[in-house]
Amino acid sequence: MKPLDPRLMRYARSTRGFIGLAVVLGVITAVLVIAQARLLSDVIVSVTSDGAGWSDVRDAVVAVAAIFATRAVIAWLAEVAAVRASARAKQQLREATLTHVLALGPAGPGAHSPGETAALITRGIDALDGYYARYLPQLVLAVIVPVAVLLTVLGQDLLSTLIIAVTLPLIPVFMVLIGMYTKSQVDRQWGTLALLSGHFLDLVSGLPTLKIFGRAKSQVAAIRAIGDRYRSTTMGVLRVSFLSSLALELLATLSVALVAVSVGLRLAEGQITYPVALFVLLLAPEAYLPLRLVGQHFHAAAEGLGAADRLFTILEIPVPVGGTEALPDGRVRIVVTDLQVSYPQRPEPALDTATFTAEPGTVTAIVGGSGGGKSTLISALLGFASPSSGDVRLEVSGHGVDLKSVDLVEWRQRIAWLPQRAHLAGAELPDSPTIADAVALRDRSLPESDIWRALEDAGIAGEVRAMPDGIETQLRADGSGLSVGQLQRLSLARALLTPADVVLLDEPTAALDPSTEAAVIAAIERLAQAGATVIVVAHRPALIEIADQVVRIDRPHEPSETAVVGLAAPAAAETIRGAGW
Amino acid sequence: MVSPVRSLWQAMSAQRRLLGLAALLGAIASLSAVALLGTSGWLISTAAEMPPVLTLTVAAVMVRFLALSRAIFRYGERLVGHDAAFRGLTGLRVTVYTNLERLAPTGLAAFGRGDLLTRLVADVDAALDLPLRVVLPWVQAVLVAGVTVVFLGWLLPVTGIAIGVLAVFALAATPWIVARTARGAEQRMAPAKAEMSSAVVRALDATPEITAFGATAAATARVHRLDDGLTALIARESFALGLGGGIGILVQGAAVTAALVLAIPAVIDGRIAPVWLAVVALLPLALFDVLAGLPASALAYQRLRGSAVRIREVETAPSPVVEPAEPVALPDEFTGLELVDLSARWIAEAAAIDGINLRVLPGSRVAIVGPSGSGKSTLASVLMGFLPYSGSLRLSGVQVRDADGDALRQQVGMLSQQAHIFDTSIADNVRLGDPDATDDAVAAALGQAQLREWVTSLPHGAETTVGSFGVAVSGGERQRIALARLLLARRPVVILDEPTEHLDGPTADALAATMSAALQDATVLLITHRLIGLEGVDRIVELQGGRIVAQGSHDDLLALGGWYAQQWRLESERADMSVLVPSLPIGRGVPRP
Repeated sequence: MKPLDPRLMRYARSTRGFIGLAVVLGVITAVLVIAQARLLSDVIVSVTSDGAGWSDVRDAVVAVAAIFATRAVIAWLAEVAAVRASARAKQQLREATLTHVLALGPAGPGAHSPGETAALITRGIDALDGYYARYLPQLVLAVIVPVAVLLTVLGQDLLSTLIIAVTLPLIPVFMVLIGMYTKSQVDRQWGTLALLSGHFLDLVSGLPTLKIFGRAKSQVAAIRAIGDRYRSTTMGVLRVSFLSSLALELLATLSVALVAVSVGLRLAEGQITYPVALFVLLLAPEAYLPLRLVGQHFHAAAEGLGAADRLFTILEIPVPVGGTEALPDGRVRIVVTDLQVSYPQRPEPALDTATFTAEPGTVTAIVGGSGGGKSTLISALLGFASPSSGDVRLEVSGHGVDLKSVDLVEWRQRIAWLPQRAHLAGAELPDSPTIADAVALRDRSLPESDIWRALEDAGIAGEVRAMPDGIETQLRADGSGLSVGQLQRLSLARALLTPADVVLLDEPTAALDPSTEAAVIAAIERLAQAGATVIVVAHRPALIEIADQVVRIDRPHEPSETAVVGLAAPAAAETIRGAGW
Repeated sequence: MVSPVRSLWQAMSAQRRLLGLAALLGAIASLSAVALLGTSGWLISTAAEMPPVLTLTVAAVMVRFLALSRAIFRYGERLVGHDAAFRGLTGLRVTVYTNLERLAPTGLAAFGRGDLLTRLVADVDAALDLPLRVVLPWVQAVLVAGVTVVFLGWLLPVTGIAIGVLAVFALAATPWIVARTARGAEQRMAPAKAEMSSAVVRALDATPEITAFGATAAATARVHRLDDGLTALIARESFALGLGGGIGILVQGAAVTAALVLAIPAVIDGRIAPVWLAVVALLPLALFDVLAGLPASALAYQRLRGSAVRIREVETAPSPVVEPAEPVALPDEFTGLELVDLSARWIAEAAAIDGINLRVLPGSRVAIVGPSGSGKSTLASVLMGFLPYSGSLRLSGVQVRDADGDALRQQVGMLSQQAHIFDTSIADNVRLGDPDATDDAVAAALGQAQLREWVTSLPHGAETTVGSFGVAVSGGERQRIALARLLLARRPVVILDEPTEHLDGPTADALAATMSAALQDATVLLITHRLIGLEGVDRIVELQGGRIVAQGSHDDLLALGGWYAQQWRLESERADMSVLVPSLPIGRGVPRP
């Protein structure tokens, strides 16, 4: 583990200012610690051996009190500054990561493993607290204070300086050695520990199943047994880590004791003076304390840096550079030629081959079995997935542009799209959007009657009308209050309403009853008649009936797959019936 | 009423002796640290008077001994304390599990969905902090402060009183101030983090749409705003902790200053010997270093309160079903199910059933269909004995509410939408159905569930670990393992509650065929909203809004022309697609056929 990852500075610029502040506070702390020891020893020495009166030491006692007060303020400031700086750095990192992940789009880690990425952006970044708020300031103190103490003691007593100078570096050396040893120990136990600690959650999540089989009550014994194993395994790991703290603490306290005894004995022999002896005695522990605290914060920091490392892997994925060419205004003809799309994670192409031309004012139906690449084709047309071979050409009044060289942001502005599973209620918009805001996402100036018509066509008007504020009903930011089906139909309404040259619909009537389906199909026909290029992934015959052309997208090696397993075609239904329900 | 934290402590502190030992060891370690500084101070002050070397030797040995004992006793405290805390954790887990078992599964609905259960488990784990970070540090601090103050009082009574007052302040007032200042922030912290987390998840889920509709800035703006709120809470918390640290040093300063102010005149008056001045001045310095950790303890306590409250809720929640005091035994042979005017209400949601009349004869197959929310799963819960009901429900002639719940479930088995697969081997997962089953019986059940080939292909066969730490299991395999478990249990009545719900079409059909073949001998209640393939069941019962609206054979219901007929036609149409599609060429646009 590097003590300070330069990438943290790059992505969280506030880190720099924070380190500067930590250095300043560290220097002040060192000065105060030394001054406090000096004043305390002076007061004690003058009263006990120089026979000074109260008036002689009053100022020094007041100064001691003042130093404590100053240290109190510094400690408070340091805590607040550290945590705030940490929060700010985390916020910068979080924003940078989220923006980057969104910029990487559907091909990036955000869409590929959303749960893991979200955990990293939230809890993973939170784990940096241990690094920023605790470890880093302590690391700065651990550099400044021991050096300052050592230099001060050097001016007082050479032997004590030597003892400290020899033992002090042993602490980081031991820390590294022990760290390497415990790491291998802990790694070995880690799997067992994770399994054991997951056991309780596993049982609790499986409670209904256990109860169904009458096995729930008998699990108490298992909880006890696993609890005992968990304890003994954890204690095995902890024993090693406690032993390492013991070694470090012994090293530090024995060094201090060594200084104390050596100073005391030499004082008795008159080799050094009382003021020097007491001063060195008070100062010596201060040299070891910051280093020991670094050791304590080390593990928390390592966890945070581990998360940071995974963050940087994501942040260093380059954002794909799109084209810059603008497509002229007008109706769009889409010419797909030998299009093939592969994803790096998968050996087989996600979309094997597609060749067709979608004319403006027509409906193209995409059909085929699940997993055959229908949604991948839509992704490719949106520019989310880039072709591994073949191409997509966009033609407007005879002027043709390859999709690769088109400005994608502009291109997407001309598409109305309904994904297979809608997520975007529009609630991500700031300032509590209404249903009308969400449906008229691209053009809020559309008249209310158009919005109602789109809701009507998508078969959700009745439900919206029943809501207390109709289309002015506010969407809840957490997405609650709408069922998956309602969200889907709201998104369909948006796709039907959005003024667009190209309309891409992925199974638009999946969640609809027959009468609503008819309304949606009529709406799709109207879009085509108005001149839009409509491409629709169809899973019901009614959608094919309005299509001008049909494209079958399927895996080439298993052409019979759909026929055999396709949802209970009469023959397949016969098989099931034969099986005996 | 007992406070939630106190009841948490009662569940965790079965090992009082061990905890007491840990507190004692820790107190000795801390006292050694205090004594180390005091002795060192005395050593130097005495040495300055150049006494005989022997006087100093004793002190020098003491210093070395205290340095050793401080480190070693601290080590002992950590070992014993953690051991006791982990034992307490096991005790708490048993308490919480017993209560969850009492509530499961219907009573858990009141606690919301799965993530809340996950949070509860995290709360239980977090309870480790109660002994380790709250109770032990505080008890030790009290012991150390007591001994030190008594010693100082013996040296010079007036300093004893002064330091005692300041120590009480550090022990009680400072932690209270910190907890008080941080309280609001602590309480809002978890919801704020959850909200942030869900905003990030939602943004990531919607990545394609956000990109397509150009809403990236809006999505990040929302997270940014939530982050601002979270940062403010964190700042407030750090304010409290910083305040605690600051007050701690201030009190330490006050103690050192007071010791000097009180002891210096005493030295001048000759009330105490000069060598003791260093001791009187240095002991408070060391003592208040020990007390410096208490503000963090106060925060840990504050954080635990939320967990304690949630654990307490589980302990005090009412049981959904009251087991009969003297249960009526169920006959071994199943002679039929009889539902007369049966009504029940789901605890948290509104899907109720109302006035159900139904007879299920041994060996018959009844399908219960209907749109979601029509009460199908509520009916299943009642039949499993998980929900109280009004009206009559007789199994083999015995009123179900008079029978023991576990005995009822020896007769009625169930396969649900997403059966749980435990983090253990496939064989152990199956054996849950019958713990005494032989390996051959387990293998036979796996065979009936059509898993033999898959299991053979695995590295360790049926002993292969599945679940979150084992090999990946597809949705279809998961349900088949659960089916094998059910088959091994040999229940006369089997409820299939949408077992194919989360599977894709072909996988669902294949599983349905396997179930149908394997459950030849059982009485089957099939709950489904997929209507294809029901032609062969004895009776189809259609539920709407918790009531039976139609029942009969497939042909009867088709002739009625209601919801069933409409829905069946839709599904059949989809089946037509699979006839049309294979006739088309792959990957080329052709005119509509």
